[in-house]
Amino acid sequence: MSHFRLVLANLGRHKRRTVLTILGVALALFLFASLRTVVTTIEAAAQFGSARRLVVTNATGIVFVLPLAYANRLRALPGVEGVSWANWFGGRYQDNKRFFAQFAVDAESYLDLYPEIVLPEDQKQAFLQDRGSAIVGKRLLEIFGWQLGQNVTIQGTIFPGDWTFTIRGVYTPSDRAINDDMMLFRHDYMEERIGRPGIAGWYVLRISDPDQAATIGKTVDDMFRNSSSPTKTGTEQAFNASFATMWGNVQLLMGTIGMAVVFAILMVSANAMMMSARERTGEVAVLKTIGFSDRTLFGLVMAEAGIMAFTGAILGLGSATWLYRATNFNAAGFLPGFQVTPRTLILGGGVALVLMLASGLAPAVRAARLPVVQALRRVE
Amino acid sequence: MKIPVIYNVRSVVQRPLSTALTAVGIGLVVAVFIGMLALANGFQAALARTGSPDNALVLRRGADSELSSGVTREAASILAASPHVAIGSDGRPMVSPEVYVLIPLNRPNDTVAVANVVVRGISEQAWNVRARVEVTDGRRPQSGRAEICVGRKIVGRFNNTGIGQSMRFGNRDWTVVCHFAAGGSAFESEIWGENEQFMPVFRGEVFQSLSFRLRDPATFDEAKRVLEGDQRITVDVHRESEFYAAQSALLGTILQILAVLITSIMAIGAVFGAVNTMYAAVASRGPEIAVLLTLGFHPRSVLASFLAESAIIAAAGGVLGGLLALPINGVVTSTTNWASFSEVAFSFRVTPGLLLSGLVFAVVMGVVGGFFPARHAAKLPVVQALR
Repeated sequence: MSHFRLVLANLGRHKRRTVLTILGVALALFLFASLRTVVTTIEAAAQFGSARRLVVTNATGIVFVLPLAYANRLRALPGVEGVSWANWFGGRYQDNKRFFAQFAVDAESYLDLYPEIVLPEDQKQAFLQDRGSAIVGKRLLEIFGWQLGQNVTIQGTIFPGDWTFTIRGVYTPSDRAINDDMMLFRHDYMEERIGRPGIAGWYVLRISDPDQAATIGKTVDDMFRNSSSPTKTGTEQAFNASFATMWGNVQLLMGTIGMAVVFAILMVSANAMMMSARERTGEVAVLKTIGFSDRTLFGLVMAEAGIMAFTGAILGLGSATWLYRATNFNAAGFLPGFQVTPRTLILGGGVALVLMLASGLAPAVRAARLPVVQALRRVE
Repeated sequence: MKIPVIYNVRSVVQRPLSTALTAVGIGLVVAVFIGMLALANGFQAALARTGSPDNALVLRRGADSELSSGVTREAASILAASPHVAIGSDGRPMVSPEVYVLIPLNRPNDTVAVANVVVRGISEQAWNVRARVEVTDGRRPQSGRAEICVGRKIVGRFNNTGIGQSMRFGNRDWTVVCHFAAGGSAFESEIWGENEQFMPVFRGEVFQSLSFRLRDPATFDEAKRVLEGDQRITVDVHRESEFYAAQSALLGTILQILAVLITSIMAIGAVFGAVNTMYAAVASRGPEIAVLLTLGFHPRSVLASFLAESAIIAAAGGVLGGLLALPINGVVTSTTNWASFSEVAFSFRVTPGLLLSGLVFAVVMGVVGGFFPARHAAKLPVVQALR
């Protein structure tokens, strides 16, 4: 490390250039981390799902409902521990500027099946007792500045009219993949208001043995095959994964942009490194004359490139990690749990390494191979 | 007096590698800029073209999409009898009460990836109401038969979409008898069949929407007022073109914001690169600049000259970026339009206007990046630099 000060002195010679190059690398890695986090968040959503939960939907499509009467038949199946159901409500709040999801759920069984939806016991009891009540995610409460006990009116688009709910509880999800900006209200209340049509959007089953998932799924689908509403049953994970694929090829899009970003910055930093190296030809010759070995000179240039690349990387990756955590960003509910993963940080480090090699290698080799006599001729 | 631009061009060529690296950096930024806006453009264009300003779309009051709407047969016949509906050459009103559902289709060779494709049940009149829709291959589905027509954009994107093949949905088999084009609109991502065939297999005795040709497009407001005020029905009347354009607003805006955000961060990085390059250029040409100043060129001319040089490098990058982005024009991609929850396939659209704004963007980056180095050059102390 005896040459460390020499490297620092070299970096300090063109302070502006060094700072701009480091900032350029930082911006690139900030973008890299952001773009990759979009992909990892969607992937995490696709991976989410308890192995013990199955989702039963109408085989014809997600927009078709199932008879509520299926609940008892599902409950009677061996291996099924719990059954709950929910409906997509699709309402609008005020001017609909900030969209959020509302679900009508069978309150008691739903909270039982989803221990990830955590809310205080007294609020849970209040929700179970008050038919016209709703529970909302912590984020939603903050966005609209609602309070416990407040009445909130939603305009139904699928089920027309004004729907007023009393907020009786605020939940915090224990798993980041679960949205913290949903509104859950009671399915029996919805049934009552629209005249008891006896419909459920989908069913959720809890099974006692995850290994039985495929068998139970098949039993369910066989049971309803010849009914008016045939079903499609799969694990919760598969259900979520199919939603994640609806985005289309996000991986390719983000990957392509990420590559372009990294390449663009590679050009910029490689250029800066080469300019520095060219200006120092004479100096390198002098160093060689006073006894610095080729290897040391190679190391000096590489160290300089490395310091710039890794300082930039730490700044960029660090600020991305910090920013998304501090602002609790979730892309208006589209990307719950948006946080830079350790794997992304490691990959970012890899990008910095490539940057160091690509921008430092050519000047370093040149410095090492520089013919002293010829170069010295140019020194005043 | 101005310094001739050829001086800058020659100077740029003197340092080919450094110039090339800077230009490529800017070029990549421009390519991403054009590419992302082409994506947003393509998506919005597909939905904006879907409706016609000559048509009105009727939904149940309060419904914000065709999916959540419902129109009874009774309401449909009341609407069809309205004097605001145009009469076709066959003497019948130009209305198409429609069944609208989403069906899950697996992407080819993939058992997980599902797309929710729109299945639209139309009346015979729909082909006349929607003037831009035309059958490109095969013949129209015949009334009373389980036949369907597949939109051009999804042909081949899903299994069994070829003519003569049969697709299974809603617990029945449907024979594909034609493919249709609709001017690049989102209709091209749909499957059409007869409404009376779809009704019993999907949602029973109810239509989801009703489209009709306005007798006089200028009287839309009047038609809207009358129909929405009709006590027998509870409906909202939208101008068809506006309705579909509004459906693209959410995702279109997200894409545009994303494009601007990503490219501005990239642009800052590229500007840093330009700053470095230009400072180096100025530093290595100290004596040259001093000579120019001694010869009597005004410092302002030197400033302009170096700005021009930076702009030239950036413009070269802009052209390169445009060329890089050009091949994606027309490439078909797809996503879910969350406003309607349906799969929309659309093409990237690289327009001449977009290419031009890419070039302007590049030049702006060059001028911004070149400003401080150029000012530095203009303020160079002559005597010192001449040594």
